[in-house]
Amino acid sequence: MTTVAEEQVEAQVAALTARRSRIRWRRVALYAFLTATALVWLFPIAWAVYQSFRPFEDTAAAPVAIATRLTLDNYVNAFTQAEMPKFFLNTIIIMIPAVVTVLFLASLIAFAVSRFSFRFNLALLMLFTAGNLLPQQVIITPLYRMYLALPLPRLISDNGLWYDQYFGIFAIHVAFQLGFCTFVLSNYMKTLPRELTEAALVDGASVFKTYWSVILPLCKPPLAALATLQVTWIYNDFFWAIVLMFTGAKRPITSALNNLQGQFFSDYNLLAAGSVLVALPTLIIYFALQKQFVRGLTLGSTKG
Amino acid sequence: MAATSVAGATPRRRRRLSLLTRRDKLFLGLALGIPAFAHIFLVWIPTLASVALSFTSWNGIGGIENIEFVGIQNYQNLPSYPPFWPALTHNLIWLAVFLFIATPIGIFFAVLLDKDIRGTRFYQSALYLPVVLSLAIIGFIWELMYAPERGFINNVLGTTEQGNLIDWLGNRNINLWAVLVAASWRHIGYIMILYLAGLKSVDPALKEAAAIDGASERQAFFRVVFPVLRPINIVVLVITIIESLRAFDIVYVINRGLNGLELLSVLITNNIVGEASRIGFGSAIAVVLLVISLGPILLYLSRAMRNEPT
Repeated sequence: MTTVAEEQVEAQVAALTARRSRIRWRRVALYAFLTATALVWLFPIAWAVYQSFRPFEDTAAAPVAIATRLTLDNYVNAFTQAEMPKFFLNTIIIMIPAVVTVLFLASLIAFAVSRFSFRFNLALLMLFTAGNLLPQQVIITPLYRMYLALPLPRLISDNGLWYDQYFGIFAIHVAFQLGFCTFVLSNYMKTLPRELTEAALVDGASVFKTYWSVILPLCKPPLAALATLQVTWIYNDFFWAIVLMFTGAKRPITSALNNLQGQFFSDYNLLAAGSVLVALPTLIIYFALQKQFVRGLTLGSTKG
Repeated sequence: MAATSVAGATPRRRRRLSLLTRRDKLFLGLALGIPAFAHIFLVWIPTLASVALSFTSWNGIGGIENIEFVGIQNYQNLPSYPPFWPALTHNLIWLAVFLFIATPIGIFFAVLLDKDIRGTRFYQSALYLPVVLSLAIIGFIWELMYAPERGFINNVLGTTEQGNLIDWLGNRNINLWAVLVAASWRHIGYIMILYLAGLKSVDPALKEAAAIDGASERQAFFRVVFPVLRPINIVVLVITIIESLRAFDIVYVINRGLNGLELLSVLITNNIVGEASRIGFGSAIAVVLLVISLGPILLYLSRAMRNEPT
């Protein structure tokens, strides 16, 4: 009896060890695979960074080699020759007001549709959600003509039009991004208890006060996530300014890349340094605010 | 369903609105009106105008009184416009590569990283890094990889001599595929992070139950997890389609979308900023793009609004 039981136990132990070692091997393979993938994934960026620190002659002689000299010249050249500070400033002039405005307007309309029931709530939300999914090129032709026809006070437009102006780029960013931000914020506000607004209103607070001091402070998490996301998206925009901003010197940095390419032509080290410089702000945001960034994206997709 | 819930909400609405003063109503009116106006004015009016202009002929010179109604002539001219078929084909190839290769790989990585893995943050960050870069910058970064004589790939393959040089971005037979590798590099990370968020929301008890019932990991994913994640699957599907239709920046920085890299988005742009400004014809191409994108948009709306509590 005992021997049979012992044999059984032994067999079980053997099977268990075999399974364990199989599992361990699978784990090792998994880690090896993931590490290899991660390295492959990082490689193009690493390569750009590496090229950006090498002198032109060295890369010309031996493109793939261990560097004997490293230099900052490419950065200095990219920064000065291409007048990068000017383009960064253009980006800031457009991006900061656009992010603030889009979050403010989206929070207003999200507040109105999520805390009060209007007959057209659903239609409005559908319009915003659909608008956010349209390819930009669907609207660009009429938009371009509108920008050439719409007047704007000389105070904010040196040609009196929407076309070729910071304001025009700002406006289309706000209008286009409103869809996504409204969708995310209204979904978030719907999860806040209705009693919050009702109690405030019964206590005699105005609707504005309820929005400003009750609901808005509770929306800090989605607002922070959206702000991170919007800064990245507007910074990364290429298309709007290519079409709606004619003057090269007024283009934001990402769109300005298009004309910088001519200056960087055939000097790949300079191109590398320029690319790294332009990518740097988004990379910093990514490393500093990764959680916000990911939350912003997933808020938009997992809810509603 | 929407109609009944709105009707059900009516008595409550009356009660609440009666609490509101005129100033409150003014505030609510502005809170709704300003954003709605901005969005409709700059997004939906141009969308409708694209449709209307596609039935007209206008070279953009002179006022709108010079717009001439030409019926479906622009659409009849589309097939004989030389870059139209390449552009449409490239958009469809782009879509197919994203849908059948990049997106499944992204989902695959999400499933791998959803396991209890040490250092999962590092792997996630690496895969996700390209997502924060603009496609214009991605175009530049990959030019450094693909460059004929000094690029990394040709140097590693030893194909930098006159006879065997591979011109990854210049050869019209291969440049679309080279660009798709770069675009997928970003798309895979994007899908991975979205799907991972979805996987985290799945009740672990479901997977355990499947494992106890003797399901392999594969079976557990395809039979249990994947069907449960239907909502996220739709989001991923819609994003994949829309992203492939929006593709523009990367081909525009590489060669302005010519010579093997034609896309519908580039044709539309060239018809307004190019030397020949053909507003009506460009709009007809935009309508083709709109019609293709309506499918995923309606799919997304039907899902997003179904569980809408009003």
